[in-house]
Amino acid sequence: MTSLPTHTDRKLGLVIDLDTCVGCHACVIACKGWNTEHYGAPLSDQNPYGEAPSGTFLNRVHSYEVLPDSGEAQVFHLPKSCLHCEDAPCVTVCPTGASYKRVEDGIVLVHEDDCIGCGLCAWACPYGAREMDAAERVMKKCTLCVDRIYNENLSIEDREPACVRTCPAGARHFGDFADPDSNVSALISERGGIDLMAEQETRPVNKYLPPRTKDHFDEQIDVLAPLLVPVAREPEGFMRWLDGALGKLDGRSVRET
Amino acid sequence: MHPAPSIILFTVLSGMGFGLLFFLGLGFGSTGSIALVFFVLAFLLSTGGLLASTFHLGHPERALKAFSQWRTSWLSREGCCAVFALVVMTILAAGRVFSAAHWSWIGWLGSTFCVATVLTTSMIYAQLRTVPRWNSALTPSLFLAYAASGGALLVGELDWARLLLAITAGIQLAWWLRGDRALHHSGTSLKTATGLGAIGNPRSLESPHTEANYLTREMAFVIARHHAKLLRLVAAILAFALPLILLSLPHSHLIAAFAVLLHTLGALVSRWLFFAEAEHVVSFYYGVR
Ligand code: SF4
Ligand code: SF4
Repeated sequence: MTSLPTHTDRKLGLVIDLDTCVGCHACVIACKGWNTEHYGAPLSDQNPYGEAPSGTFLNRVHSYEVLPDSGEAQVFHLPKSCLHCEDAPCVTVCPTGASYKRVEDGIVLVHEDDCIGCGLCAWACPYGAREMDAAERVMKKCTLCVDRIYNENLSIEDREPACVRTCPAGARHFGDFADPDSNVSALISERGGIDLMAEQETRPVNKYLPPRTKDHFDEQIDVLAPLLVPVAREPEGFMRWLDGALGKLDGRSVRET
Repeated sequence: MHPAPSIILFTVLSGMGFGLLFFLGLGFGSTGSIALVFFVLAFLLSTGGLLASTFHLGHPERALKAFSQWRTSWLSREGCCAVFALVVMTILAAGRVFSAAHWSWIGWLGSTFCVATVLTTSMIYAQLRTVPRWNSALTPSLFLAYAASGGALLVGELDWARLLLAITAGIQLAWWLRGDRALHHSGTSLKTATGLGAIGNPRSLESPHTEANYLTREMAFVIARHHAKLLRLVAAILAFALPLILLSLPHSHLIAAFAVLLHTLGALVSRWLFFAEAEHVVSFYYGVR
């Protein structure tokens, strides 16, 4: 059914730390690797070794440069996948009931056997979290690795989404936002979680941790610096004569250099 | 948004077909063999358009499932309304063609569902907050107005056609003017998209991948947008100005047919712009709009 549940028992989702993400794209590869072999249709590539390779990805990393009013530009990496929104517009537009939000944990999924590939849900998602697979012609999206997190065949530390498990920087965290004592709830209460495009009123479950403010030092903090006075700015004496003579040889004068 | 030819053809042609059926349902369009010609034309346009719309589906063989979610989905409602309107109109057509009888309450029912079909089609676009240019009550008005003027032209009710063409031109202008400010007024920007607006002004440094993907092809369509102003003029001249001039000449079937043709071409250009000019907020992530 494409009506949204009024309440979900749990709210599983991700916290992504914009301060910590180094933009290595390991989560993109881990996601593609796991999901092309498991839930639903594989994630196809078109022309993978050709001039313009293209493919289906459930998680993509963008990089942005932000120019503050004063000071230097800063670079951030923004991994983006389905945010498992509470008011998911992608679900209510679906004409077939293929898209749905689960009552037990809030995960938004596509039942691929029902999907007619109309693409309307991808239009309804503000975040570009849904991609139509060009080979299978059904809608693909992040499943929050629903086939890992409850999978008793995996060891306990592997029962989290592939992107979280693989992130070498520890920038991704998985947990239940409905539980005030969970790891993710603690993170957002401590650092303040950002909703992407809050004005679209999708109420995303996934939160982004804002970058911490950069340190500022107004005084000289390098204790060795005062000792390192420049030795000589201008050559003097014999060196000055040599420099000038050599300069003349290759057609330059000291003043010009 | 990517202007898919199948969707442009579908929305324009089926809109005109349901517009024609609307007038036939109200009792216009005679009986007997003349009515037969009108009904056949209307069914060809409306069902032809519906068929064209299935061409862009990934799995058209599962299309029947799309009738199930009418409680929540405008796309599903559109399918239900279209089928119901066509069934009712087939009954009406049988009466009109074979026994020269116009069963008026069936006509009213059919006409109501023709309006509902065009309305539900337009709501598929108007409901999308992600495309601020579409997200307005003017969008259903625009679709309904185009369908009504196309229907009046086709059924040959020239007084109605003149009036409706003028109204449609006004709504079209209002739609364009509002649309140009819509993205700005939506409040969405790369600042809100990245959540980095508190620090400063973000700009895209690197896209996720070097080549295009489904999202950029489908939603970040920016080709030929700089011709938009010129194309708007072309659309307005073809869809409204020329047909209105032709309709003020002494009446002849040839001139009327020509007016229909020009109007249809203009409507197609306008509908192409409807998609090509529309900005999806996901484009912000890719540094375009
Ligand atoms: S991020 Fe997009 S696909 Fe995921 S629930 Fe929200 S609207 Fe739907
Ligand atoms: S593409 Fe599939 S999942 Fe998306 S709205 Fe259409 S039928 Fe539903």
